[in-house]
Amino acid sequence: MTPAVWIEHYRLVASAAGVLFVAGLYCIVFSRNLLRVLIGTEMLTKSVTLLLVLAGAVTGRVALAEAFVITLIVLEVVAVAVAAGIVLGVYRQHGAARVRLLMELKG
Amino acid sequence: MTHLTEILVGLLTLAALWTVQTTILRAAIGLAATSMLVTLLMFQMGAPLAAVFELSVCAGLITVVFASTISMTRPLDDAARERCRVRRKRRFHPAFFAAALVGVALWATGYALEVTAPPPPAPPAVRDVLWGARRLDLVGQIIVLFVGVFAVVILFKPRGEEEEAR
Repeated sequence: MTPAVWIEHYRLVASAAGVLFVAGLYCIVFSRNLLRVLIGTEMLTKSVTLLLVLAGAVTGRVALAEAFVITLIVLEVVAVAVAAGIVLGVYRQHGAARVRLLMELKG
Repeated sequence: MTHLTEILVGLLTLAALWTVQTTILRAAIGLAATSMLVTLLMFQMGAPLAAVFELSVCAGLITVVFASTISMTRPLDDAARERCRVRRKRRFHPAFFAAALVGVALWATGYALEVTAPPPPAPPAVRDVLWGARRLDLVGQIIVLFVGVFAVVILFKPRGEEEEAR
């Protein structure tokens, strides 16, 4: 495979990670539903995962990148489970899962 | 390979944008599809173990967590659903332009990559890196898993029993 093909491949993957990052960020900033915010966070994490593997492939240290990705995925699943529990708690308390309801946690 | 990558990246973009602007349950399904496409890209880049983790945990387990959480909430009535749909469409339209802009920008700046050829595969295997150089990460993962289990048990404790205990 020619170097030009590899560079093209890396560029495509980098732009995909960028698109995922923007979509996730948009979801977080413009959503009022807590579950949707969580989905946006997940998309941001996927973008980071993709960039980690890309960095490993570019530098020739895929094994290290894989180790980081595995750690990231474990942390991600714990964070999602706990966050889903918090969302359900808010829903049970208020009957809705809106971001604005979390303002009542202040103080 | 480039054509396959182009197709995968195109599908990934569509899945991500669909996830952002659809209803919550469909968004959870879209997230699983996004995960699956990320998995395929990881396989292409020679990271099979991370890809398998991504597929089983992110596309499988996390989707189940989202679907379970959504099923425990009450669906909106028809009028509220229509109102939300219109508001969501209006709010997320700029996302398409922003995502396209960033994608094209990264595509263009990618020319600056000074990669002349795919580097040879690294000598140490993933298991050597995980159990050797990154052993402390594993300890951290185990601690975080225990903390997570503990937090979920506390969060899902039935409220009735708590009131009785008081």
